[in-house]
Amino acid sequence: MRLRLFVGALVLLGVALPLAVPWLKTPFLLALSNGLAVLGVAVLIRAGQVSFGNAMFACLAGYGATYAARFWQLDALLLIVVGTALAALAGALVGLFMVRYRGIFFGMLNLAFSMMLFAILGKFGAYTGGTDGLRFERPAFGFVHLDRDGFESALLAVALLLALAAGWCVQRYYRSVSGQALAAIKTNETRLEYLGISAKRIFWGGYILAATLCGLGGTLFALTQGLVTPEMGYWVRSGELVFVAILGGSSHAVGAFLGAFVFEFMKLYAAALLTGMWQLVLGLILIVMVFVAPSGIYGLLSRLLGQRPRSVLKAR
Amino acid sequence: MKLVSFIKAAGVLALTANLAVAQDKPAELKLGITTFLSGAASVFGVPGKAAADQLIEEMNAAGGIGGVKISPVFIDEGVGGDKMLSEYRRLVQEQGVRTFLASISSGSCNTIAPVAEDLKVLNVMWDCGTEKILEDRRYKYVVRTQGNATTEMVATVLYLMKTRPKFSTIAVVNQDYAWGRDSWEIFLNALKVFLPDVKVVAEMFPKLGAPDFSTEISRLQALRPDVILSTSWGGDLDTFVRQGSQRGLFKLGSTIVLPLAESSMERLGSALPEGVIVGARGDHYFLHPETRDDPKHKAFVEKFRARTGAYPIYPAYHMAQALTGLKTGYESAMKSNGGKWPTVEQVAAAMREMEFKAFGGTVKMREDGQGLEDQMLGVTRKVPEYPFMVMDKMMLVPGSLVTAPVGVKSVEWVKTIKPSILQDPQLRMFDQR
Amino acid sequence: MDGISYAALLFLVAVGLTLIFGVMRIINIAHGSLYAWGGYFAATLGLAIAKFGLSPGLALPALFVAALAVGVLLGSLLEVGLLRRILDKDPILQLLVTFAAFMVLEDLQRLIWGVQPYFVSEVVSQLGTLLVAGVTYTRYQLLVLPLCAIAVFLGLRWFLGRTPIGRQITAVTHDREVATAMGVNAARVSLLTIVIGASLGALGGALASPTTSLVPGIGAEMMVLSFAVVATAGLGQIGGAAIAALLIGISRAFAIYLMPELEVLVPYLIMVLVLLVRPQGMFSVAEARRI
Repeated sequence: MRLRLFVGALVLLGVALPLAVPWLKTPFLLALSNGLAVLGVAVLIRAGQVSFGNAMFACLAGYGATYAARFWQLDALLLIVVGTALAALAGALVGLFMVRYRGIFFGMLNLAFSMMLFAILGKFGAYTGGTDGLRFERPAFGFVHLDRDGFESALLAVALLLALAAGWCVQRYYRSVSGQALAAIKTNETRLEYLGISAKRIFWGGYILAATLCGLGGTLFALTQGLVTPEMGYWVRSGELVFVAILGGSSHAVGAFLGAFVFEFMKLYAAALLTGMWQLVLGLILIVMVFVAPSGIYGLLSRLLGQRPRSVLKAR
Repeated sequence: MKLVSFIKAAGVLALTANLAVAQDKPAELKLGITTFLSGAASVFGVPGKAAADQLIEEMNAAGGIGGVKISPVFIDEGVGGDKMLSEYRRLVQEQGVRTFLASISSGSCNTIAPVAEDLKVLNVMWDCGTEKILEDRRYKYVVRTQGNATTEMVATVLYLMKTRPKFSTIAVVNQDYAWGRDSWEIFLNALKVFLPDVKVVAEMFPKLGAPDFSTEISRLQALRPDVILSTSWGGDLDTFVRQGSQRGLFKLGSTIVLPLAESSMERLGSALPEGVIVGARGDHYFLHPETRDDPKHKAFVEKFRARTGAYPIYPAYHMAQALTGLKTGYESAMKSNGGKWPTVEQVAAAMREMEFKAFGGTVKMREDGQGLEDQMLGVTRKVPEYPFMVMDKMMLVPGSLVTAPVGVKSVEWVKTIKPSILQDPQLRMFDQR
Repeated sequence: MDGISYAALLFLVAVGLTLIFGVMRIINIAHGSLYAWGGYFAATLGLAIAKFGLSPGLALPALFVAALAVGVLLGSLLEVGLLRRILDKDPILQLLVTFAAFMVLEDLQRLIWGVQPYFVSEVVSQLGTLLVAGVTYTRYQLLVLPLCAIAVFLGLRWFLGRTPIGRQITAVTHDREVATAMGVNAARVSLLTIVIGASLGALGGALASPTTSLVPGIGAEMMVLSFAVVATAGLGQIGGAAIAALLIGISRAFAIYLMPELEVLVPYLIMVLVLLVRPQGMFSVAEARRI
């Protein structure tokens, strides 16, 4: 119960604060889109796998939405659908082959794919805008043409709804058979197979879910910025997603968003106040957290919220 | 929670900032400036910032613009397109900055120009060269206080034709982004007017900021083209020249054309050999044949040298032009406004029909926001006074001669140039003293 | 030919990574930073030599000194301060810690050396050039780099195979528990291996520094590339790393000649293709699975 109140309070803040302080809309939007992508990575972490390439789905979705906007002038809501669908499709295709691998090789293969995407986007500038990226005009929203401010408000509202929906879906998934099986991939995959459940199938499902969430995040990001660049798919970006997943806490969906918001605002203020040192600060914080609070921010809060402290991450 | 208190604090700051702006003559003119403060391009961007600091200090000491002091805020272009864009937006939305000088990289300008128009802030493009921005679309809020790729590349072709009128093969090594691609397109089209049968033996586009050109250099050595062109700048050009010099690239017998090399000459010292065609992206040079003895110019050079330990290069001059242009624009707008502090719309309009002079020739601004700037090219030569190469056999090309007219796309206009342009009396040659 | 010198560099860095993995079973993401620090430190030494007017003949040895210094200092710091303490933690956390270390080192590097590019190339100029098949190469590229790589390769083989300490390292790489049960001081062995691995990574950077300009971000770039090499070769395989490095280096050079646009794709393409066929890398050793 307390957890629901907590989530409700967060959503309220998410609506009230940007209304009161308009410039907050953009950082909130960025944090929400990041949070969705982080949620995707968190799903994979539940399976005990780290992907250092999930940013590629966000990147792909962003570019997909951009092309759709440029060629077909689609409405923003349709763009969200297009981008996410593209990411889901890509996830399904790549996943077919990716689910054979575990551990380091899983992480590295994802890395390889994402770097290939990064390289292709950077080099074939005639089609992709190269390293400068692609811009697109602000699309209509729900078939209404809004100015900058209105557009951002509408997008923020949609993003909040999507975040809530995604979080709820992921939590349901975790409690479902597939979700529990996914967690079993980490603890003891062979026994899972003995039970007659195809670990590969389950993992494939989880992979698609992760890709879809990353794609959703990527599309929202693209819509917020009006610009997509290959940097969206760079491996350090994927690393940041994993970082935030752990920072926020990977045992519950809300952790992804907590982490994303903290990360976004830390970046904003660290960049302004400690120019050139924000990575250092964040890196140190992460190291400390690994030793002190490996369940992330959510883990710290879970007691307060009356939840049983559960760690997805275990000792070897 | 950390989050909530952060937001509360930020909210208070934002509200007070918003209140401060709603006055008649502002307490200060906040000026956002984007430049490269990190990465290979910083050898370019940092002198730009130094020039800005120096000139803004001087302007403020003399009362600022219309009595209002300028307060600069710098954004680093080196952090990448989307992070820079976020920072730009934050300055507009959170800090209420309405006037910007942006940017160095044509890629950054491509990104920022539409955003500036959308956010309704005045954006002066102070260094980026891509001609497509002002040609593809009519902007209200975006102007450019210097020449563009067309001006610079056509002038380069003219100089090359005067120096080496006949050759058969050419290779290009340009940075892989808007500037690198656009400048090559214009150069090649202009070249074909004079030499329609010229053969392009290699087109290489290493990525912007590439630390290593060994493979490109190997290929050039294998191909031995008559002319090698590179419109790279900053750290990339430095690396290319240094690595090329190590590998004997300059001894091949090819004519090497580096239109942006003025900015690298001092840094490269003796790594840059004699006989290389170099350009200054405009007529910026501390040894400018016409303005080197001008007292204001000399004072600028000496002060810059004292502050930074180096002679000013064209990013510094472009910054000077942008600031001078901005000041002229504001003053002109205030005059038509009866002395009241103008809105950014009024300044943007004023900046489309004025002339100003920084430390080179006069720059004339036109109605599409494009500035007409004279161009200067020369050949490197060693002289005893300086430990680095200087420009000799300089040619000054007036901007109006080599820029596409308003409303005409450069790609088309370039094809209509006549070879007889080489005999135009407006082209003047100077020797280094 | 450029491919060979590139391969030599890749090998040096990759072998360091693979050594560290072998002993600690952790992929050290901070390895890229070691490369960068090695390069920057070598540049600093080079500049110091010029400034203090010391004999230019010191320039080449200075590179090795720099690499060793960085390797010993940073390597031991990493091992004792970080790696040793996370051995028993979840693999995801381990990766994250090294990622965090990478972030910290990147920023420290920026703080210490700034963001302007460094290009300290006297060593290369000293050694002159060589004409091969009509193309001029620097002797440094053609001789120094590959020779170093070969020396390291042979040296490692001898060290690991013939010396007592080397054998201990091999033992710990194979199975830490059993080795400890046999009386090997795993902690000391780990420390030594990390220092060697780190020094090799730094050596890659130091040797690369005279030929290229040092800017922030080279650590990240080299990181992914050395991963590609290590993954292609199989984790913990030294000989495999040499072959993988050669494969990738030469393919890349060919790509630049034939299809320059695809040059950046090549390392990853190779990695994916190899892993498709042999999921554990080309030369990996089968490990028993715990059920």
